[in-house]
Amino acid sequence: MTQKNMWIAGLAMPAMIAMLLMFAGQRSVAANDQPSAATAAVKIDNFVFGPQTITVPVGATVTWTNSDDIPHTAVSTDGVFKSKVMDTDEKFTYTFTKAGTYPYYCTIHPKMTGKVVVQ
Amino acid sequence: MPDKKQDLIDQQLQDLNNDGVDRRGFLKCMAWAGTGLVWTMSGGIPVSRAFAKSSGSGKDAGVAADFSFVQISDSHIGFSKPANPDVTATLQVAINKINAMPDKPDFIIHTGDLSQLSKPSEFDTLDQALKGASAKQIHFVPGEHDMLSDNGEQFLERYGKGTKGTGYYSFDHKGVHFIGLVNVANLKAGGMGSLGHEQLEWLEDDLKGRSASTPIVLFAHIPLWTIYPEWGWGTDDSEQALSYVKRFGSVTVLNGHIHQIMQKVEGKVSFHTAMSTAFPQPAPGTAPSAGPMKVPADQLSKVLGITDVNYLVSGRSLAVVDSPLGA
Repeated sequence: MTQKNMWIAGLAMPAMIAMLLMFAGQRSVAANDQPSAATAAVKIDNFVFGPQTITVPVGATVTWTNSDDIPHTAVSTDGVFKSKVMDTDEKFTYTFTKAGTYPYYCTIHPKMTGKVVVQ
Repeated sequence: MPDKKQDLIDQQLQDLNNDGVDRRGFLKCMAWAGTGLVWTMSGGIPVSRAFAKSSGSGKDAGVAADFSFVQISDSHIGFSKPANPDVTATLQVAINKINAMPDKPDFIIHTGDLSQLSKPSEFDTLDQALKGASAKQIHFVPGEHDMLSDNGEQFLERYGKGTKGTGYYSFDHKGVHFIGLVNVANLKAGGMGSLGHEQLEWLEDDLKGRSASTPIVLFAHIPLWTIYPEWGWGTDDSEQALSYVKRFGSVTVLNGHIHQIMQKVEGKVSFHTAMSTAFPQPAPGTAPSAGPMKVPADQLSKVLGITDVNYLVSGRSLAVVDSPLGA
């Protein structure tokens, strides 16, 4: 065994311990969270985003579903997120990693507006 | 039955012509499903006659410069929902109707929403169908459905060669100046249709130096007058565009988007929206949303249609005739 390999092995051990600790920590955080808080749904129906304002925790994933016979989009007014065109029953999801207020609209029917509040 | 309907139309027209509506007044939100109407502009005063009584009026003047063109709109090729499972077939009926016209139109104007989802295959199907039209020249403006995903690049590549900016342009035909405007690009949150600063500047420049006696035809997808803001049926900066045409003696504005006939006359400007060749939409505020309206199958051809526009050089006037696909 060369000196170099021993050095790597020496590094690997503390790294593995650190990773184990990290996973353990994560698990305990997850156990304290509300499982339902991580996802939220916005339904597009009759040219309206419902609910129009949705409040979610940091890290939540929001799913938009188009229930209309006409295509729509959900595009952040500030350029944060941009869905593709959603035809009938198609979905778009986005995960919000930072707190803030995210106004958005349908670029095809700009009268349709909504807001995601991330806390 | 048809006589009864005709009587009703005549009565309506009688009322219209005798109700003292002045030049500043306007004729609001009139829709006739299953019939046609001729509008003749004379010195800014609209004179209307029932479609059936006006056949052959295009020949009255007997001047070579008289001509007609046809407006079609909102083909939505690719749409297959219950409101019309076969939009290609109804477009074909519209084309057959154009081809059967006794006075051949010089060209066709398509006021947008050619496709449902801007797919190449949808544009291909439309092209294939339009190849069968007797009028070979077709002028297009995009609807919002034609500019999905790619900012309208594909539309411009196919239908907007030689146009400016987002696809606007003008041309002259037998003494009439035609202007195609794009009000479906770069729409802002909470707003309606939009022309944008660059296009408005171009329009002002385009009209500069033209004689006020030149008849003007403006066409765009979304109405250039506010019909129902709650549904976005209007154009935020249309007032400015219309201020540039105020000095002209005859202005005709042709739009689509709302899938139903609506007309308004304000001063020398006559506004008109066309039926769709694909599916009808509800009258403003009569439904939870502006989505496609399903009507009984045997009624569909009565709420789809084409618009025939006749230019009579004698009166420098344009007569607009709507006719449904099915009589």
